[in-house]
Amino acid sequence: MNLPTTLSDLRVHGEHLLQFQVLGSTALRVQRLRNERKLGALRMGPDDVLAPPPRALARMQELMSRHYLEGRYANGVRKVAWVTSGAPWEPLEALGFFPVYPENHAALCGVRRRAEANCEEAEAHGYSRDLCSYARTDIGTVLSGETPVGRLPRPDLLVCCNNICQTVLYWYEVLAHHFDCPLVVIDTPFLYGEAQEHQVAYVRRQFDEELVPTAERVAGRTLDERELVRVMLEARDASQLWREVLDRSRHRPAPMTAFDGFLLMGPIVNLRGRRATTEFYRDLLAELDARVERGVGAVAHERYRVAWDNLPIWYRLSKLSKLLAGRGVNVVASTYTYAWGELAPLMDPTDPLGSGARVYLHPILNRSTGHKLEAMRTMVEGFSLDGVILHSDRSCKPYSLGQIDQRDQIVDTLGVPALLLEADHNDPRAWSEEQSVNRIEAFIEMLETAAS
Amino acid sequence: MTVAALGIDAGSTTCKAVAVDADGHSVGWRLESALPRVEAQTDALLVALALELGAADGVPVVATGYGRKLVRAATRDVTEITCHARGVFADLGTGGTLVDIGGQDAKVIRIDERGRPVDFAMNDKCAAGTGRFLEYTADRLHVPLDDLGPRSLAAPRAEHISSTCTVFAESEIVSLIAQGADVDEILLGLHRSLVSRIVAMVRGVGLTPPLLLSGGVARNDAIRELLGRETGQPVRLPSAPQLMGAYGAALLALELTR
Ligand code: SF4
Repeated sequence: MNLPTTLSDLRVHGEHLLQFQVLGSTALRVQRLRNERKLGALRMGPDDVLAPPPRALARMQELMSRHYLEGRYANGVRKVAWVTSGAPWEPLEALGFFPVYPENHAALCGVRRRAEANCEEAEAHGYSRDLCSYARTDIGTVLSGETPVGRLPRPDLLVCCNNICQTVLYWYEVLAHHFDCPLVVIDTPFLYGEAQEHQVAYVRRQFDEELVPTAERVAGRTLDERELVRVMLEARDASQLWREVLDRSRHRPAPMTAFDGFLLMGPIVNLRGRRATTEFYRDLLAELDARVERGVGAVAHERYRVAWDNLPIWYRLSKLSKLLAGRGVNVVASTYTYAWGELAPLMDPTDPLGSGARVYLHPILNRSTGHKLEAMRTMVEGFSLDGVILHSDRSCKPYSLGQIDQRDQIVDTLGVPALLLEADHNDPRAWSEEQSVNRIEAFIEMLETAAS
Repeated sequence: MTVAALGIDAGSTTCKAVAVDADGHSVGWRLESALPRVEAQTDALLVALALELGAADGVPVVATGYGRKLVRAATRDVTEITCHARGVFADLGTGGTLVDIGGQDAKVIRIDERGRPVDFAMNDKCAAGTGRFLEYTADRLHVPLDDLGPRSLAAPRAEHISSTCTVFAESEIVSLIAQGADVDEILLGLHRSLVSRIVAMVRGVGLTPPLLLSGGVARNDAIRELLGRETGQPVRLPSAPQLMGAYGAALLALELTR
């Protein structure tokens, strides 16, 4: 935390203390306790197609609301870093930065039906509709100031890692230009097979020569090695727990749906490296274990189990989840939620930067399409799947590339029905309700006839 | 000849109903142009067919097609994918790769040896590659729908139509005509363009012979001919290509009685 030196600094710190630390946090805690009680008291009615969401959802909402609330008062109190979802966060956490993940914020806009307006704002300023809808939502937010969270803090630092796509490079250049602040780009070579040592060394050098020195300069302090180790430990534990949470859905019936997962992943994406995040996932896991023990499934009558590939369709989450659950389909796994858990084994707290270089080379989007196919194959077997839904996301080209072949392979070699569903994760204008629902229903009928 | 079940296909262009007996044989059908009020039209169509055939009350009805959820008399609704597969399989007695080109969508369905759909693909979120594409352009050229096929096949060569978008293709046609292009050659170009889209979908799903064709567009000889040429496979048609969705729906309704 920066110490106040001037009168206006003092005012800013005072607001942070009062509005966030005292009033806001207390109100959110009370709200959470109330929500926990409510969720805990919910029972599944005879007509319900879905079990009540896990009680941990209330804690997740508190964590995320607290986070965005702090964001409103962060400028001037904490240094703020805007980072891509695949950016090496741990050194920044250890340096005390406040994180903003524009992708997560954009998803929030999507869920709250605010993305379209922000996309249109960006388009009105000349950004093409062919750009990723996350980028358009974010740029639109920056231009209009419109956000469901009240206010996003200005960045003091931007960190962009191209291990998810190349779009982020240009997007962050736009941000750097707009905010006139330093931008660190971490270049991660695409992995066609196993990571080569020189590739790991190349990423590591960028940490040592670019990321850490720039972040230290902006933060006005040096990186404390012990703090970094602690952060990496928390990050690894939370990632590991998240993975276990997802793996609980190997059970039949699965205690959770991927739709729950899309929401519950908030903390592992945004608040990685904090004790509260690790504890949150530990509690969630315990809750799921209790469900498994009692044989409680997330879908009232789980008959078919499918996986979801690619990003969620944020503005249709609940509709899709009910449509599928109503026909006994549980989406029990997704390559997307897994992306924040599968790298846990690579995280080594005794060598945070060295292992970090390896970790941030390995996101699924930085690996070959063959690797993704393999990952889906493993999922089909490990989760005893009856089908796969591949969301062909108009926005996310790297995720969607190769899906036609991947789909064919799943159908041909695993004999499992697979559906390619065309949509866009954040831009509802690319969604046609009738056509999409028709395809999904035809897919479900295929699962039904295959089972008959 | 007692009616044991009814199927209704409320499509985007036409509305069809088929009645079957207890053995699953078609015993009567009706087909009308689709009206905007699906509820009223499907009610009337079903009543008319039931009266004509003397069907008893309470005969099960399965609805399919885009308006399927609006059919008040339906016991169940099922998508066209399942219904077409079922109908064509029962009619031709074989699985294979079914191409169904309707008014607003084109689909390719792979049907296994037990008549179950095992994979399918549908056209993108636009009307290119569907019956509507031909309808619009035929209208633009003032050629009656039924003449489209024969006139295309009579053309010695094809004009190249590059746009797959129905609306843009229309403007392409306007400029071709302005340049003095032959109408039949334009027609052949249009058919080729449509078939090439369909063939791409067939490749996506994978061609397991025989190649089967249904839907209203199956009445068009040029489509059948070009599809066969492009895929190198003979094309087989069911007895009433336009009714396969409704027929399959009726067969599924029959199953409900068992
Ligand atoms: S293109 Fe894909 S990976 Fe890149 S920001 Fe958009 S959604 Fe994320």
